[in-house]
Amino acid sequence: MGRLELQNLNISYDNRPIIRDLSLDINDGEIVSLLGPSGVGKTTILKAIAGLLPPASGRIIIDGHPVDHLPAEKRDAVLIFQKPLLFPFLNVGQNIGFGLKMAKIKRLAASKQIDKIIEITGLTGLKNRKIHQLSGGQQQRVALARGLVLEPSILLLDEPLSNLDAKLRQQMRELISNVQTRTGTTMLFVTHDQSEAFAISNRICVLLDGSLRQTGTPTQLFYQPADPDVARFFGCVNFIDGQIDKGMFQGDFARCTTSLSDSPKAIAVIRPEDIILSSDKRENGTVGTVTQIQFEGSTTRVTIETDNKTFTALSLRPDFVVKQSVWLYFPPERLHIFPHYQKP
Amino acid sequence: MRLQRWTLFSSVLLTVLLPFLPLILWSVSERWFYPDLLPQSFGPRAWSYIFGTAGSQIASGLIASFSLASVTTIISLVLGIPAGRALGLYDFAGKKIVFLLLILPIIVPPLSVAMGLHLWFIRLGLAETFTGVVLIHLTFCLPYTIFVIGGVFSDYNPDFEEQARSLGASPVKIVLQVILPMILPGITVAALFSFLLSWSQYLSTLIIGGGKMLTLPILLFSLMDSGDRPVAAAVSLVFVLPAFLALMGSAYNLGRSGLKGVR
Repeated sequence: MGRLELQNLNISYDNRPIIRDLSLDINDGEIVSLLGPSGVGKTTILKAIAGLLPPASGRIIIDGHPVDHLPAEKRDAVLIFQKPLLFPFLNVGQNIGFGLKMAKIKRLAASKQIDKIIEITGLTGLKNRKIHQLSGGQQQRVALARGLVLEPSILLLDEPLSNLDAKLRQQMRELISNVQTRTGTTMLFVTHDQSEAFAISNRICVLLDGSLRQTGTPTQLFYQPADPDVARFFGCVNFIDGQIDKGMFQGDFARCTTSLSDSPKAIAVIRPEDIILSSDKRENGTVGTVTQIQFEGSTTRVTIETDNKTFTALSLRPDFVVKQSVWLYFPPERLHIFPHYQKP
Repeated sequence: MRLQRWTLFSSVLLTVLLPFLPLILWSVSERWFYPDLLPQSFGPRAWSYIFGTAGSQIASGLIASFSLASVTTIISLVLGIPAGRALGLYDFAGKKIVFLLLILPIIVPPLSVAMGLHLWFIRLGLAETFTGVVLIHLTFCLPYTIFVIGGVFSDYNPDFEEQARSLGASPVKIVLQVILPMILPGITVAALFSFLLSWSQYLSTLIIGGGKMLTLPILLFSLMDSGDRPVAAAVSLVFVLPAFLALMGSAYNLGRSGLKGVR
């Protein structure tokens, strides 16, 4: 079992509020990512859940039991830090077994559990290695194994992949997914890397400016952002002002039907890859001048300036020149409409 | 390559051991006058004196020195580790003043420190007692311990402790099974410093101990005074031996980790 509930959690640091009114439910066996820019307080949340930092107010409930009064060492939640933090005076097996030793598990039983987790995390043959003989990826796996071996209700992972190179990161991602499937451990995973969050998690919680803005599956967040900030966070930089009138969004350059109620002010967003660039005039579009071209490999990022707005589009082909005039077409089905919105 | 290493090894050995050669020669000589390079006649007189006639005196000196140095070392570690942690790990108002105050007994000549404290110790009834001598030794040992441990903690990541807590370690276990093993090389150096510093104290022991605490250095000086060079040489060797053993013992701990480095 591994259910985690956070109820109206407020966390301050040096009397400065870091996290405001965070409520979150994580179901048994889920991998949930906390996604947000660096410095938004993601690690702070994990520390609060692990019991290493007292929240200012709010409740933390693990498996239906409030744990606010429990010290970190008695909580059924294990935090794995960003750095491996392996004890240099212990070997791999002893590091993995550290928590079992603290829990006074008999040596024989502990040894069996350690062997099992070593096998799961692909560390076979390294049990008696010294820590400084391990590569960065191996160290990170030992750190993961050290948490997993305790079979906690919740495993809290604080950017465990950020110190690894691209290839190792991919391997670790797969490993974490596989381990999660095999052990069914509930995991709360903190990251600032969108692709990492998308690849690894069942659900993602987006944290911006100290509050939880949206929780949902990766595709929900990507295609149906809850507000313009979330949209912007996921790289959606094209905003069109307008209003909603009788089930119709009327913008400066685009119009589309919407189910939202009428509003004198509304915003439509469109992802850069959904804007279609062409040389011919089309409905639901506008003309602009190319001001910048960035070749990014499989796509090219084109910045286009219209009379009073700047748009960014992704094109599959780099056949543009600066100062060229192009037509932008906004497919109505790709527009995502927000009613009038005020920053929280 | 091999030759180079041998040259290095033997030259180090030579420079360390060479000063001991005259001591060894003196301790086994019966007659040794200028201008001869070697003693004119050898004999075990000095050794039989310190193991026979003066045996009990030397033994009690050894015991006094050893117990003083051990107690001083233990107390300076017990006080110095938390203090070093506070100075190395945390930033607080007045940290520089604390540093200065700590280093003061080392900067000020030991004679003035001991003389100044002597008056107070007499008033407090600490003069000529074991406790008093331990305290005066601590004024020299504790700063070194704090600086060594402080240095260790300034390069220490307290996240290790949080990680251990999250893995289920209670505060006591964190101290015993995380912090102490992490800083063991530093503790070893600090302990060695304290032990050797206390072991070789002469002036402060003489002033505060007032001749009641007959440690090995006190005996050594009185023997030197008497002008019996072979005996003084033999006592010197006895004096060096425990210090040498302490160094060897700690070398194991130092070599184990820490000094070797990770990269």
